[in-house]
Amino acid sequence: MTLEIIGISVLWLFLFLYVIVASIDFGAGFFNAYSAFSDKQHILTGIIQRYLSPVWEVTNVFFVFFFVGIIGFFPQTAFYYGTTLLVPASIALILLAVRGSYYAFATYGAKINHRGYIYMYGLSGLLLPAALSPVLAISEGGFMRLEGGQPSLDYWALFTSPLMWSIVVLSIAAVLYISAVFLTWYAWKAGDEKATQLVRKYALIWAGPTIVTATGIIFELRGHNPEHYANLLDLWWMFALSFLLFLGTVFLIWKKRNYGLAFILLVGQFFTAFFAYGASHYPYLLYPHLTIYDSFTNESMAIALIIAFIAGLGLLLPSLYLLFRLFLFDKDYVKGKSDYHA
Amino acid sequence: MAFQSRILTLMTLSFHIIYATIGVGVPLMIMIAQWVGIRKNDEHYILLARRWARGFVITVAVGVVTGTAIGLQLSLLWPNFMQMAGNVIALPLFMEVFAFFFEAIFLGIYLYTWDRFEDQRKHFLLLIPVALGAAASSVFITIVNSFMNAPQGFDVLNGELVNVSPLLAMFSPAVPTKVAHVLSTAFMTSAFVLASIAAYRLMRGSNHIYHKKALFLTMKLGLVFSVATAIIGDFSGKYLAEYQPEKLAAAEWHFETESEAELVLFGVLDGEEPKYAIRIPYALSILAHGVPSGEVIGLNDFPEDEIPPLWIHYLFDTMVTLGMWLAFFSFVYVVGAWRGWPIVTRKWFRWLTVLSGPLAMLAIQAGWWFTEVGRQPWILRGYMKTSEGATTSGQVDLMIVMFAGLYVILGIGTVVVLSRMYKRNPVEKELAQRESVKGGEES
Ligand code: HDD
Ligand code: HEM
Ligand code: HEM
Repeated sequence: MTLEIIGISVLWLFLFLYVIVASIDFGAGFFNAYSAFSDKQHILTGIIQRYLSPVWEVTNVFFVFFFVGIIGFFPQTAFYYGTTLLVPASIALILLAVRGSYYAFATYGAKINHRGYIYMYGLSGLLLPAALSPVLAISEGGFMRLEGGQPSLDYWALFTSPLMWSIVVLSIAAVLYISAVFLTWYAWKAGDEKATQLVRKYALIWAGPTIVTATGIIFELRGHNPEHYANLLDLWWMFALSFLLFLGTVFLIWKKRNYGLAFILLVGQFFTAFFAYGASHYPYLLYPHLTIYDSFTNESMAIALIIAFIAGLGLLLPSLYLLFRLFLFDKDYVKGKSDYHA
Repeated sequence: MAFQSRILTLMTLSFHIIYATIGVGVPLMIMIAQWVGIRKNDEHYILLARRWARGFVITVAVGVVTGTAIGLQLSLLWPNFMQMAGNVIALPLFMEVFAFFFEAIFLGIYLYTWDRFEDQRKHFLLLIPVALGAAASSVFITIVNSFMNAPQGFDVLNGELVNVSPLLAMFSPAVPTKVAHVLSTAFMTSAFVLASIAAYRLMRGSNHIYHKKALFLTMKLGLVFSVATAIIGDFSGKYLAEYQPEKLAAAEWHFETESEAELVLFGVLDGEEPKYAIRIPYALSILAHGVPSGEVIGLNDFPEDEIPPLWIHYLFDTMVTLGMWLAFFSFVYVVGAWRGWPIVTRKWFRWLTVLSGPLAMLAIQAGWWFTEVGRQPWILRGYMKTSEGATTSGQVDLMIVMFAGLYVILGIGTVVVLSRMYKRNPVEKELAQRESVKGGEES
């Protein structure tokens, strides 16, 4: 394995983790707002507060890890993506601020439960994937121009691209699907029958759109980026595996069986698809301008970063284990029997 | 777009530093209060720690939001700089992320496990990683900033970066003084901010011993850290004299290289002559070299276009004056409270105490503006000018408006939510509820 591959694998893995934990967070906020809207409010609020409030900052760090790490391993991305993403990334930051401030002001603080705030928080959960996912479309090439050596984004081409819109729709559907499957399990663990039924229904509703748009994107790519499309087809078996895992999740949820396993299968489904997509993108970070090889940092920095990563992981894994043991696997806490908030 | 990028960077960092300072300093204060509470078996200190922790959650959350903003904005607004910096100084930035992880995880655990353990001390232990993580994140980011001021650990050969040594880059000569000064000012400012709150409650009619204990504790800590700050600040001056003499000279309106240089406080500049200023003989030479005979390099020794703006003089003076004042004031308070001088309970004195938190925060702002503006025209001193580092995107103006709106809302939100939270649950009520008012010994 070359240093470049190690670097991109680490980043891709953390991005994957962010996608999963952030989807749970974003989707839960949306469901919460939706139930407030349809007057079923209190069904989900308790669950959301118990799981999301202690962990949302950790979720956020996964995002920070990705954008700091990519500058470290692939500094040239700062030049290309930094220049072009000013507007979409700033919008994403504002939306993240809406979410962070909701936790700060509404769940920890004075419990401002103004409806407008709940709706904004919920809506930000849908808008965030929509603001972040176009980066994937941009990385396929064709949306960035170099003018006098300076990159700039071709907004018109981007906004009229079916590829971009399918990616946006997929990201939203996937967020809701991932979140619903997780919450089904969590609500079931909490012994909350009503909430379980509600989120189980959401999981089944969003399974369809997720798989349809995911397949759709593969066909969009045929026209947009034939090279990438060919690479994708070479990895067909990974996508097939992913599809089987998907069927497994839906089956279990539908049969109301073994929700924990259902969630694990879902993680497997996204893991295989995410890595198959990533591998087929290789070696490009941005078609056709930037590959992981020509944007890579110098060797001494790469080695230093990898050593820091291993040391950091040694610190991180036990801490994460402790966190999850207390808030995810502790029966009394999950059931809301014990409340020890400061 | 350099100008707009500077404005937005300035805005985000100035806002973030308020929360970051609290984020670094307050965990230590909570730790000390909880420790004193456990040691003295005094319910008041434990409750103090608990109530501070509740407020702290809110400031942390806003700190995370604004920190994420500045982290991403560095790449969005300064892509050319970050491309270069990524090659040389990415290591501490990357390590900072692990510090964030560490802090965020244990903060979540700490907050949601009050009274969950039989043994209070176990809960106390959870706070150590929070305080360490917060301090470590400020150390790492300050290391990055030190590198911008005193870059090293690489060579430039035909426009290419070669011989990069990440460790050498991390430990630039600016690191020792800068890191120490940033940490001690964070502790000092947090102590004064908490003292302000206690003093304010005492002003507003609550005469509870709880607030008196809080005030005495925080003022003592404020005194310790403000003395440390002044001492380390003196070393920072010596660092500047050696490695960034143009910054020190601009801060002091010092034009001719000379020994036995005098320190100029405030005043206005008329040509090269400061007017209406307070002049302290030899003080600049002492600040720069420790002896009155030390020779201080003047601005006339530098090329015209490499001199920082001269108005940083006021920033430096503001910082130093406030630092001296706060050290003096907390000294008077601590001695007064200990010896029972009546003046410390006078109304005007209480008002001054209320002011100390905001003044310390002002000193932090003045200090950062001083270092950052004082680095101009460089973004990476000696290697890259600020204008070369900036983005070429034309939409920064719009982003300035957007983020300004965001920060106004977050700022107002913090104040409103914090004051509402404490008003709804005043300490008297909480103490009565706990029904275990043991009191502890008087302070
Ligand atoms: C509560 C805030 C506070 C207070 C009371 C002081 N400072 Fe300070 N100072 C800072 C907050 C600060 C800071 C915000 O933390 C800075 C900005 C960048 C840095 O490294 O620390 C800083 C920078 C800074 C620098 C520039 C270092 C550099 O550019 O590398 C010098 C020379 C001093 N300080 C000196 C002093 C002296 C002699 C003080 C006398 C009491 C003093 N400071 C009080
Ligand atoms: C020296 C000045 C700074 C200090 C002391 C500082 C400290 C902190 C602290 C303690 C936090 C955690 C939140 C909190 O506890 O309030 C934080 C958050 C953050 N800071 Fe700063 N910071 C400083 C400047 C910067 C700068 C210049 C950057 C940009 C590179 C930055 C990036 C971040 C990021 C990305 C977060 C969010 C981390 C998360 O998601 O948990 N900080 N900062
Ligand atoms: C948190 C406390 C900080 C504050 C309040 C602050 C303040 C400022 C100000 C006022 C400027 C504008 C200077 C000018 O345009 O004249 C600036 C620029 C800048 N700062 Fe800082 N700064 C802080 C910490 C940092 C740190 C720790 C870093 C390192 C990562 C950093 C990186 C930058 C960059 C890249 C610029 C733009 C380039 C320049 O103007 O030279 N800042 N900051």
